[in-house]
Amino acid sequence: MIAILRKELVTYFSSLLAYVVITLFLGVSGFYFYSNLSFFLLSGGFDVARGLWQFQLHDMRQIMLTLLPLLTMRLFAEERRLGTLELLWTYPLRDVQIVLGKYLASLLVLLLMLAPTLLFPALLTQTHAPVAIGALLAGYLGLFLLGAAFLACGILISALTDSQVLAAAVTFSLLLLFWVMTWNEAAVGAPALSVLSKLSLFDRFYVFSRGGIDSRDVTFFVLFSAVFLAWTVLALGSRRWRGVK
Amino acid sequence: MIEVAHLTKEFGDFTAVRDVSFTIAPGECVGFLGPNGAGKTTTMRVIAGIFPPTSGTVRVGGHDVQREPNATRRLVGYFPENAPYYPEMSIEEYLAFVARAKRLPRAARRSEIERVIRATSLGEMRRRLVGKLSKGFRQRVGLAQALLGDPQVLILDEPTSGLDPEQVAEIRELVKSLRGQRTIIFSSHILSEVSQVAQRVVIINRGRVVAEDHPDGLARRIEGAVTVHLRAEAPESELRLLLSSVPGVHDLAVVDGRFRFHARDEAVLREVSRAVTARGFLLLELSRESLSLEEIFLRLVHVGDEPRQGAA
Repeated sequence: MIAILRKELVTYFSSLLAYVVITLFLGVSGFYFYSNLSFFLLSGGFDVARGLWQFQLHDMRQIMLTLLPLLTMRLFAEERRLGTLELLWTYPLRDVQIVLGKYLASLLVLLLMLAPTLLFPALLTQTHAPVAIGALLAGYLGLFLLGAAFLACGILISALTDSQVLAAAVTFSLLLLFWVMTWNEAAVGAPALSVLSKLSLFDRFYVFSRGGIDSRDVTFFVLFSAVFLAWTVLALGSRRWRGVK
Repeated sequence: MIEVAHLTKEFGDFTAVRDVSFTIAPGECVGFLGPNGAGKTTTMRVIAGIFPPTSGTVRVGGHDVQREPNATRRLVGYFPENAPYYPEMSIEEYLAFVARAKRLPRAARRSEIERVIRATSLGEMRRRLVGKLSKGFRQRVGLAQALLGDPQVLILDEPTSGLDPEQVAEIRELVKSLRGQRTIIFSSHILSEVSQVAQRVVIINRGRVVAEDHPDGLARRIEGAVTVHLRAEAPESELRLLLSSVPGVHDLAVVDGRFRFHARDEAVLREVSRAVTARGFLLLELSRESLSLEEIFLRLVHVGDEPRQGAA
């Protein structure tokens, strides 16, 4: 597993993909931070210590939705296209280890992506008001768990195709669906909505963004990721009856 | 070392390999011959532990590939057709990754990587990106990763496909140098190549084993496998008489002003050349072409059928 993890990290950084994704994320979230802060300061009377972060976390969530599929699209699709996946299967590695190695590599890049944004609250504490640290950390925990769920979903899609572009596009659409599926209250009806909102990744993020941690939401995100990772292992196992290609 | 018993592999409705059995002794070098789609790759993938058989058993070093996949994978070095590679890694980085993936002990990795780089003569290229190498070098990188950990069994799927003749000769010599302690299976669709390297040849077609023999025995069975063209400065009738008197010359005919005949092997060519020059004729052309694999199959299947037909 460590071997796969190391290889994926080397590939992320030597192919520049990780740099590009991290730079884009930091650039755009920096822009959001600037505009959110301006809005709060100009309109006044708002709670900068808490309310500002609620806005900022929701904005960063959106950027993750667009960028994280780019981190996972390559993981299996490219190995399939190159034919190297076949070689991995001849080494004494279990499929679970291959999947987890790749997943952990993408999680590390996610951490590297989120960590520098902690500079925003650090700066704000210096120049304006102190930040409610507990609430902020809860928000970041939510952001990380949400990202972890995105990545797990992306890995599964990547394992189903040999086209990176297709993997990214399908992952993005699927995640978008998980976001918007609770929007049209009238169309789905109240009973269905109560089920859907429990499944919606974005509704689950709501409590985190307000500075709270609900163990049910944590469990949901962890389970969501575990289910998609297990599904990925099953998808790799399909070579038994479908062949290598 | 390798025991394949009644191996059948199905993918949905398609049967890639049907009831194939053979055993390979430790240290033996066996050639796997067959046209594309014959089931060579599927059989090799099962032995390499990529997927289990649908039915039948495959054992490597006494371990069942289905029950103990990681035990058999440790014994096997696999070279897939076309030598897939990560273009953005250097040879050294790539081999370091494979050494870890194969779980070589940390202390042994460095020296193992050096050993396989020497064995495949990749020393000067070690820091180059695999994606920037020529196909011949990439093929060697593929062999190097198979050799890491010094596996007792090497499975090489078409190691010479897509190479130019010089590179083919290089890889063939490399494979020859690997014979000895190791058990080697390598596949090809070129008979002469398999005959040069392997001690035994298993011929497979449409998912079944068609023939299994030593290269010499195989040559006898496909007697007349070499087609020879000959042109000499001599009266046609005398030359015809002379050629038909040489043992091993069959089906003599004149085509486009040249004599054409079938011969068992190259030894016959030597006899022909000696006979022609001994009579004082000038030899202008003596060339050979081998039978295509399809023609060889036809012969083998034909030869295999004859006794049964005779008995019936």
